[in-house]
Amino acid sequence: MRALILAVLTLATPARADFPETVQGHILPGYAAFETATKALADTAIQTCAPEDLIAAYHAAYDAWMAVQHLRFGPVETDGRVLAIHYWPDPKALGAKAQMALLTGDPAKLAPQVFAEQSVAARGLLSLERLLFPAEPLPADLLRVDPCPLIRATTDDLARNASLVAGDWQNGFAQTLATAGQAGNTTYLTSPEARQVLFTQLATGLEFLDDTRLGRPLGSFDTPHPERAEARASGRSLRNVLISLQAMRQMVETLTPDAPETIAAFDHATLLAETLNDPVFAGVTVPPNRLKIEILQQAVQHIREVILSELAPEMDVGIGFNAADGD
Amino acid sequence: MTSRRAFLAGLAAFAMPRPTWADAGSPAYLAAAKHGDAYFLHGLAETGRSLFALPLPSRGHAAAAHPTRPLAVAFARRPGSFAVVIDCAKGIETARLTPPKGRQFNGHGVFSADGSTLYTSEVVAETSEGRIGLWKTTTFVRIGEWASGGIGPHDIKRLNDTLIVANGGIQTDPNDRTKLNLDSMRPNLTQLSPDGKILAQSELPALSQNSIRHLAVLDGRVAFAMQWEGDPAETVPLLGIWRPGADPLLCPALEQEAPRMKGYAGSIAWNDAGQIAITSPKGGVAMVFDNQGAYQSTLVRSDISGTAALGSASFIFSDGNGALTTLVVDRLLPLAQTTAQWDNHIVSI
Repeated sequence: MRALILAVLTLATPARADFPETVQGHILPGYAAFETATKALADTAIQTCAPEDLIAAYHAAYDAWMAVQHLRFGPVETDGRVLAIHYWPDPKALGAKAQMALLTGDPAKLAPQVFAEQSVAARGLLSLERLLFPAEPLPADLLRVDPCPLIRATTDDLARNASLVAGDWQNGFAQTLATAGQAGNTTYLTSPEARQVLFTQLATGLEFLDDTRLGRPLGSFDTPHPERAEARASGRSLRNVLISLQAMRQMVETLTPDAPETIAAFDHATLLAETLNDPVFAGVTVPPNRLKIEILQQAVQHIREVILSELAPEMDVGIGFNAADGD
Repeated sequence: MTSRRAFLAGLAAFAMPRPTWADAGSPAYLAAAKHGDAYFLHGLAETGRSLFALPLPSRGHAAAAHPTRPLAVAFARRPGSFAVVIDCAKGIETARLTPPKGRQFNGHGVFSADGSTLYTSEVVAETSEGRIGLWKTTTFVRIGEWASGGIGPHDIKRLNDTLIVANGGIQTDPNDRTKLNLDSMRPNLTQLSPDGKILAQSELPALSQNSIRHLAVLDGRVAFAMQWEGDPAETVPLLGIWRPGADPLLCPALEQEAPRMKGYAGSIAWNDAGQIAITSPKGGVAMVFDNQGAYQSTLVRSDISGTAALGSASFIFSDGNGALTTLVVDRLLPLAQTTAQWDNHIVSI
């Protein structure tokens, strides 16, 4: 038995460690940009709560988030930060309900340290969207409520979370990833685990595009769900898919220079997204337009296949032994 | 019919001390694993050290350990066409169990407290109606079967002299595990008497798409782990605690932590300090709850799946990356790093 373990161990020793480029060239700059964009948003909100003055900064912050939202490991998972930044999908409208309670409740809950303990569903980009792009006119008794304190609390909380994530990466987690497999590293016990976690971000990021960002509004042919599109009120559904594709393509480039089919598959899907001209996937209910969204979804599914057939062997990783089995 | 050989074997068994788990190195756990392209059943010490590794004919799912004799039954993953009885002291396969025609093993089984009977979780292949197969453990001959009280039973555990069955509720295609009844599924927990009668049964009326799949027992109560088959965008409790005869208690994790399980709990264990652990290989996390089902902590480990109680107040965990880890306060620390890909479950002996 011991001989068997040693033999396999030798084979499994990684040939190289290629992930520092992903940290330095993708993750850290991505979070730094998100920190900058959310700080600009919060600074603007201190000066004005007028939606027309905040919308550009809102979009810039959401764009910056889309460049890193596929990263679901490390500091962004601490204390539910990822959900506090982006709580979606929310099929039971928990966010709107919790937010209404904050809007009409005790203003003391909007103080930064207290607000940070409120429901993650009531915070983040989608909550800000509801304040800046009200989907329907507010009831008369709510018209008297000034949304400005909640807008400021929400933008301040976003900036705080962005800063915590960026800071924790710079001051610790980048080192944790870089020292995978070294003595004392209890997070990543072997060097391949660091490559594995990076690959997993792509696999799950693409799965989320396929099943959730595209799959939820598509529904089925007989029951499409245009109302399920992400960030519909601010018209960002397609834009989110496009930026996510661009970001994950850039991540692949930092992982390896040698994944031409993967890059081609990303480029194909990106081109389809760029030329779709249906910002909130309203076309899911209209057969000819629906087909275009389905073709985009198929292009994303194709990337999922290609990263398994090309990128996974290139990185010497696979999908989880138990995660893929289930039972 | 008693052959001369069986007669002599009987005499020998009478004359010699019966082998015990000490003859197999006193392992604390059984766990299946893949090494390269081959499959093994390991006996593990509490330190995570492998004490033996015996070949399995195909991918394993879970195992059952005889309470005294060094006998393990390794179950194939669903839909299972066989289970292997292994003498862990001699390192040889001593019997192979095959379900009756039209039945399939469902991945789990358990011995009676006295070790005389093995109970196996089974389905009628065509309908997924649940059965509990009964096998006499001196010869591993089938001696009967009971209705499991539901569709698609998965884990079964002993609670005092009764059996608890997790009837997962999912009807599957007999050939490929395709799920056929997700809109109408009704999982339940069933307690069976020593003669196979239903003593207690509970459903989850508000969460009928939450498949009850794995069980742990402590002090007359059952902790159960679930897998959500409803809208993946909804986050539901994946842990429950049941005292047979009462309504199940559902135990949600913190709002900001719960989605990390991805709607999937793969294994469950309960330690003597009262802590309950559930694992999610899909989410790459395990979560720990207290004796009343209150959330305590989240542990991060890619492909984490198997778990069992370790000592009186900790757990051992296994994952597909080869690590065996343990809970220390509120974090995971490594016990052993191997090149085995550890399969779904760790079973305590």
